[in-house]
Amino acid sequence: MSQLKYALYTGCTARESTPELLSSTMAVANKLGIELVLLDEASCCGASHLQDFDDFLALVLNARNICYAEKLGLDMVTICNTCQLNTAMTKERLDSDPELKAKVNEKLAEVGLEYKGTSRVRHFQYVLIEDYGLDNIREKVQVPLSHFNIAPFYGCHNIRPSELHHEVNGGENPYVPTSLDNLIEALEGNSVDYESKNKCCGFHVDLQAPKTSNALSGTALLDAIDNNADLMVTPCPLCQLNMDLKQDSAGKQLGRDIELPVLHLPQMIALALGCTAEEIGLKYNVTKATDLI
Amino acid sequence: MSSNKKKITIKAFRFNAETDYLPYYKKYEMEVGKDELILDLLNRIKWEHDGTFSYRRSCRHGICGACGIKVNGKAVLSCKQNAMELIELFGDELVFEPQSQKRAIKDMIIDKGDFWDKHAAVKPYLVADVDPHPTSENIMTKEQVANILDADYCIQCGSCHYACPVIEVNEDYLGPAALAAAYRFTADSRDNAGKERLEITAELGSGVWDCVKCFECAEACPKEVNPIEKITKLHNMQFEQGVAKRNVATKHAEGFVRSIKKFGYLDEQDIVLYSEGLGVIKHLSEALKMIKAGKVHPFDIMKKKMPRSKNLDEIKKLIEISQKNEL
Repeated sequence: MSQLKYALYTGCTARESTPELLSSTMAVANKLGIELVLLDEASCCGASHLQDFDDFLALVLNARNICYAEKLGLDMVTICNTCQLNTAMTKERLDSDPELKAKVNEKLAEVGLEYKGTSRVRHFQYVLIEDYGLDNIREKVQVPLSHFNIAPFYGCHNIRPSELHHEVNGGENPYVPTSLDNLIEALEGNSVDYESKNKCCGFHVDLQAPKTSNALSGTALLDAIDNNADLMVTPCPLCQLNMDLKQDSAGKQLGRDIELPVLHLPQMIALALGCTAEEIGLKYNVTKATDLI
Repeated sequence: MSSNKKKITIKAFRFNAETDYLPYYKKYEMEVGKDELILDLLNRIKWEHDGTFSYRRSCRHGICGACGIKVNGKAVLSCKQNAMELIELFGDELVFEPQSQKRAIKDMIIDKGDFWDKHAAVKPYLVADVDPHPTSENIMTKEQVANILDADYCIQCGSCHYACPVIEVNEDYLGPAALAAAYRFTADSRDNAGKERLEITAELGSGVWDCVKCFECAEACPKEVNPIEKITKLHNMQFEQGVAKRNVATKHAEGFVRSIKKFGYLDEQDIVLYSEGLGVIKHLSEALKMIKAGKVHPFDIMKKKMPRSKNLDEIKKLIEISQKNEL
């Protein structure tokens, strides 16, 4: 295999409240021989909230981020579903609307940049599966996860809207997604089949509608628990934060105790590849996960 | 494939609210041809297997919105959805269910009352003083039409409404169909009730700020209305037209600019403080958990631990020249 190389768009969370996401991503890439070039110039993607306030501004900032991947001549890789959505949606809108692209480029020209549309925007999960390959990952497993029942939680923004993502997510069926299940199996874990795996965690209304958020995250966590999950894994740090941090309040609202470790996808892979505890960063998980090693 | 036909099993949700205590599923086996629609299969259950099987159908042309159901969890308009496509997607067992099981009256038929109440609540009609003796037509430009065209494709089938997870947990939420209808008329150049409608959609608890952004509605819509895109437009219009009031949700949206200007990144701690104001106290127990896990740094007053984007000046400049909205 020729060396795989990508421009890594970390997003905000991996550099702030989930440092374990960044360290485990880099550790996994390192173990697999994938080169990730950090896009240090990039800004926040707006997380759909900036889009609510000022859609055009959000387009300009996201286009700027993609420009830096284009300058490197690399595909952009994201490690957050919401970053993936907002960046891919920007790309799709600019690539399909020359007038809008011209308006955005008029602004970018003021800082000496031009959005061309030459870099693809892909989530790390699908890069691993499609470019590196499940068989190759299987060969690298040092600590099989066979003692764990793992509930995959896909996260909305990697699978919906399917039309937007299909070209970069292997045509994942948003109603019956399978890629994370396959990845878990490749690490010799037992993937848990449960209804909530493709549902919403409610993160985006957590401030203004915590009851909605708790109901959605709590229901998904309980569904996983009721299907004998030992842990949950998700490719989205926003899902991870919401489901890891808010188990007490969600449990209180739903009238049941909830305790389930929720890992970032790269943390789970790092576990199986035998990365160091420091790299996997389980100490940063709020619901105790340190004894998974 | 050598044959254009496929043998499948349909597992259909059966329930009669008048006589059944609980719903149950019944299996029907049939051979499906490549041109058959889900509506054809519903008809065949009724005509060939069980005359009591009930579902709504009317126009057969994807325009009346009566025949929406869920197949393997996916919202479909029965008269528009090719069956073989779903067999390719889900395999040879198709599960037919009503759009909302808890609203089931009989088999596929549900009580859509909440849908219609919410639809009516956004004034889904043109509000305008119409000259009873007009001397000319009221002509719209192509751009004016383009603004509302796809929103106008809505046939009130309920597919998005009953695919929306918020509808299931917050009975006040207007939902994607009503909000898309609110956009449809608010963005109409002939309409005069825009502000009133925007105020309805700006209410916390029932309006656009309660959308969880899961894109289930975009996925469900059989007419490509893309309701969540219209919801985003309503969000923006609230700021553009000065309807947005300062509250936790609007400050959260606007607060991103404040952070990005300073750091390029979102200041996760500041955005919560800024959006909530004194209300931040309710996050205390979670904040403590995050501090304990080393995820946040409450004493980092100088923001030394905050990441900063390289070429931050570019970001500031782009915000300066591109920002259109204010709170």
